[in-house]
Amino acid sequence: MSAGPHRSAAVVEFDHVTKRYDNVERRPGSAPPPGAVNDLSLTVPAGKICVLVGPSGCGKTTSLKMVNRLIEPTSGKILIDGVDAGTRDVTELRRSIGYVIQQVGLFPHQTVAENVATVPRLVGWSKERQNERADELLALIGLDPAKYGKRFPAQLSGGERQRVGVARALAVDPPIMLMDEPFGAVDPIVRDRLQNEFLRLQEELAKTILFVTHDIDEAIKMGDLVAVFQEGGKVAQFGTPTEILANPASEFVARFVGADRGLKRLALSRVGDLPILAPASVKVGDDVADARKRAAAHSFPYLLLVDAAQRPLGWIAPDRIPASGRIYDTMADVVPPIVNRRTTLKDALSIMLDADVQAAISIDRAGTAQSLITVDDVVRLMREGQHGPTFGIEGDEDAAADSAGGPSADEIGAAVSAEAARTGDPVD
Amino acid sequence: MEGQQLIDWSWIGDHLDDILVRTLQHLELTIIPIVLGFIISLILAVWVTRQPRVYAPLTATTGLLYTIPSIAAFAFLRPIFGLSLITAIIPLTTYTLLILVRNNVAGLQSVPADVLEAAEGMGYTRAQRLRRVELPLAVPLMITGIRLAVVTTIGLATVASILGDSFGGLGQFITEGLQTFFPTKMILGGAMSVILAFVSDFLLIRVEHRLTPWAAARAARA
Repeated sequence: MSAGPHRSAAVVEFDHVTKRYDNVERRPGSAPPPGAVNDLSLTVPAGKICVLVGPSGCGKTTSLKMVNRLIEPTSGKILIDGVDAGTRDVTELRRSIGYVIQQVGLFPHQTVAENVATVPRLVGWSKERQNERADELLALIGLDPAKYGKRFPAQLSGGERQRVGVARALAVDPPIMLMDEPFGAVDPIVRDRLQNEFLRLQEELAKTILFVTHDIDEAIKMGDLVAVFQEGGKVAQFGTPTEILANPASEFVARFVGADRGLKRLALSRVGDLPILAPASVKVGDDVADARKRAAAHSFPYLLLVDAAQRPLGWIAPDRIPASGRIYDTMADVVPPIVNRRTTLKDALSIMLDADVQAAISIDRAGTAQSLITVDDVVRLMREGQHGPTFGIEGDEDAAADSAGGPSADEIGAAVSAEAARTGDPVD
Repeated sequence: MEGQQLIDWSWIGDHLDDILVRTLQHLELTIIPIVLGFIISLILAVWVTRQPRVYAPLTATTGLLYTIPSIAAFAFLRPIFGLSLITAIIPLTTYTLLILVRNNVAGLQSVPADVLEAAEGMGYTRAQRLRRVELPLAVPLMITGIRLAVVTTIGLATVASILGDSFGGLGQFITEGLQTFFPTKMILGGAMSVILAFVSDFLLIRVEHRLTPWAAARAARA
């Protein structure tokens, strides 16, 4: 999707940017210098989220802070829509770039509305326009302006503070947002929700976003593009999440994304990406002979019992269908796992592996059965679009599963449990 | 004078005008040093935040100034400024610095690093950041310092009476009471100083609450 119709996004280009800290004199007790950056060149297209990910001290935050010149590069330039950021007035530059940090940094002495209107106030908007904008942004991030506008930051939950931080960064509709671990300080459940909300917001806003995280899962989820940094401030790989997971460019990247990168790729695809396959369905009272015929004609041997509104009730196993008579609801003993178009394949697979019958039913908003999903369907989709060499982890036999012949559900199940047993792996 | 009472209430009733004048003088002897001391210590505190290494010598200096007895300071300044208000104000001002510098620095240092970084990243100039972020957030600790300095100065200011009658403040009652063996005046001077200190402290607490509604929100959460 291009950023075409959106007025507000800019191209950010790092052109041989280097930051060295070897000449910095350090007083004892002072914070260690941030990570150096070594000859960084990459281009973030307008309207895309580019995630900078890597272990700590690898220069990702330094790279981010060089865009709004909180840190000045030792050499090289950063171009914003072709203009060297180093030649712009630093105050004006910063006011034109949204900035969100992990600890949020809301002003404790100002109300939520005043916090949100920070940059509008700095650039001299009228009081009414500031208030209007604050209300608009609070509504956008899902906080009722009447209820939250007059509160102080201390009266918000962690998740609410993070959202206000995002709203504040959006206040003057900047073409670029810099986000430094913006969801790092909240618990995993809130983080997941904030990530989803932000992705929905970005669909409308289409800003150019540089997003720093040390969490590869967050990088894969949030990024249109991902730059994997390694120690010494070098980019080990720059590409789409799918590319990075399918074809890690080096052993470092393979190790960093984790041995479970195949499973991580599953998180990038959704049930809606699979071809629709209507299940063989029957209703209570249907003729058994007819139902048998339908089951035999279908690639999946189970019959789906549905109600009058086509809502799934349960599976009828092939051996539970009598020779003649009618279908009864007691024949269905196993309830199928239910997913929808937005469910990730990772979640769908996990649900199916847990179920007695390893197939799921995708439903629409009304609860009507739409499509049948099997473990084999998921595996087939994963095999498409996988090219090039793969880097194995030392002593890792799982890579063999990538060779010819699709792995069966059993093999994937085995890989899942092997993964679970390996959670102690130092990934970052 | 047989049967002299400890407190001669009728004398007090006859001299309410005097008491008011002396109280106002005492306020003058307190407020001028506090205002001057606050301005000086604020400048010094901002300097400390920019140049942390000056803090140690600075606190040593303000501590040293505090140890100079007021009588000695008056004796030293009298040849220059005479028996004037200025001679009284200078040592009273320098005494406030010990408390005010320390609290103003603590106030500025209490501003969280993430708040400073966010402000800088959003395009506050240094002056804007100081005025709109650092100073407002330093207010609670600054006022704590001012309260302490006010109470201290009200006590110290009684000594100024030895310099002159025209600005002597409540200390004048104490000195005169001592000279004329009239306990009512001594007790009056002392009691009025204590009352003044209590009232000032109470009013400053009110000012702090008025200036920092956000601090109450924070306290309620903690």
